[in-house]
Amino acid sequence: MTGAPAPSTAAEGPALRIGVLALQGDVREHERALATLGATTVRVRRPADLFGLDALVLPGGESSVIDKLSRAFGLREPLRAAIVAGLPVYGTCAGMILLAERLEDAIAGQQTFGGLDITVRRNAFGRQQESFEAMLLLPALGDEPVAATFIRAPEVVLAGPDVEVLARLEDGRIVAVRQGNLLATAFHPEVSGERRFHRLLLESAAVRRADGTAGTS
Amino acid sequence: MDSTGTTASTPTTGTGTGTGTVKRGLADMMKGGVIMDVVTAEQAKIAEDAGAVAVMALERVPADIRAQGGVSRMSDPDMIDSIISSVSIPVMAKARIGHFVEAQVLQELGVDYVDESEVLSPADYLHHIDKHRFTVPFVCGATNLGEALRRITEGAAMIRSKGEAGTGDVSEATKHIRTINAQIRELSAKSEDELYLAAKDLQAPYELVKEVAENGELPVVLFVAGGVATPADAAMMMQLGADGVFVGSGIFKSGNPAERAAAIVRATTFYDDPSVIAEVSRGLGEAMVGINVADLPAPHRLAERGW
Repeated sequence: MTGAPAPSTAAEGPALRIGVLALQGDVREHERALATLGATTVRVRRPADLFGLDALVLPGGESSVIDKLSRAFGLREPLRAAIVAGLPVYGTCAGMILLAERLEDAIAGQQTFGGLDITVRRNAFGRQQESFEAMLLLPALGDEPVAATFIRAPEVVLAGPDVEVLARLEDGRIVAVRQGNLLATAFHPEVSGERRFHRLLLESAAVRRADGTAGTS
Repeated sequence: MDSTGTTASTPTTGTGTGTGTVKRGLADMMKGGVIMDVVTAEQAKIAEDAGAVAVMALERVPADIRAQGGVSRMSDPDMIDSIISSVSIPVMAKARIGHFVEAQVLQELGVDYVDESEVLSPADYLHHIDKHRFTVPFVCGATNLGEALRRITEGAAMIRSKGEAGTGDVSEATKHIRTINAQIRELSAKSEDELYLAAKDLQAPYELVKEVAENGELPVVLFVAGGVATPADAAMMMQLGADGVFVGSGIFKSGNPAERAAAIVRATTFYDDPSVIAEVSRGLGEAMVGINVADLPAPHRLAERGW
């Protein structure tokens, strides 16, 4: 899904229906970001909530908690199946961790949904006092820099050959990636008012709907 | 590292730690979660395994502070270190109200959030800590909107309603979250020229009062604390509009801490689903014994500390 089309998302038909995984985390910030872009949002806590979605957001939060709850309530497997089937998914921070195929510094028994061929290190920048804001240049999103908020953030320590690296920090650390319909950032556009990543997700969702490959609705 | 190197970028300007967005942001990430009081590294591990979004490291849980009396202070740095090194989730710790040096020490130890807490003995009966001076974010207690707004003005990046800690009686927590949310609704219903008087009555800055009136919510995350002891308590607080819950004595003063902790986590996520709350409430064993707040003589009510 490189070379996304013009942002004419949902120009026809009903608004795009975007799920936000709502087991724990900054769900509301993502809902607001998506709503300002004209999407309808759905909170996803159970397998049935995945029905008829055009795309899904995995919010920031505590990845180990979201992982546990997703397994306790039978959401993990259907969610993995949806990812494999090509559902566009955008993960921020904990969401990036959950999309990673491999984790460093996971807590004992911690699992991910997977899908992105990356290895992610949790809390890669240290504790909260090392949390920071930075302006990132991100050519894929245009000339205007991205105000990026890193909160006990992860980093991508290894990206596979099919993974497109969208952004790095000055020291070379990878903080935004894309592979097929999966998009992930170590930072939180949803708390800094940045909307272009959500727009990318909606573009993928619109393309998928137009292709007629979206889930039954 | 990556073998494609398709697009790369470098930061330009504006790298900074300890900004308002970063401080409030961590609280945003804890929403819908449960923060648990722990007094040892083992308890911290149990809390993490049960699904806590963060742990609060302290020397004695409020129920013991209440039972043992005396002056209650910041915890031993060794104990905080051992908890920090035992878990990968955020670690909070308590400083006494107004005790900015305890807060400096906690920041030095690397805690992720400082709780300027009425559960400890106040160190200053007039001033709270100037929280803007710190890189570490602060959470503060409040019993009403004015108190919450004064704490936010001083730099608090997260508010928790106070409840009555160490009792297992949720009635005060209910009162405080209801009060704060009712006061916010009242503000939102006021005309702009009425907000000047509202600011005076709330003893809070006009600009902040106006912001709350316009948005219909606090500019920071609002958790509930003080007396939450069961999954149903936690779910009730969420239904009353809390962003998450603190559970203090309720977990490790109960018969089966690991199970109760996990049950409270699940009930907090599925707060509006009685079938889940019923399911997780089964067979948890003894809840903490508890004290009725009505039986507490006024001088022993912690919620009245802070101003």
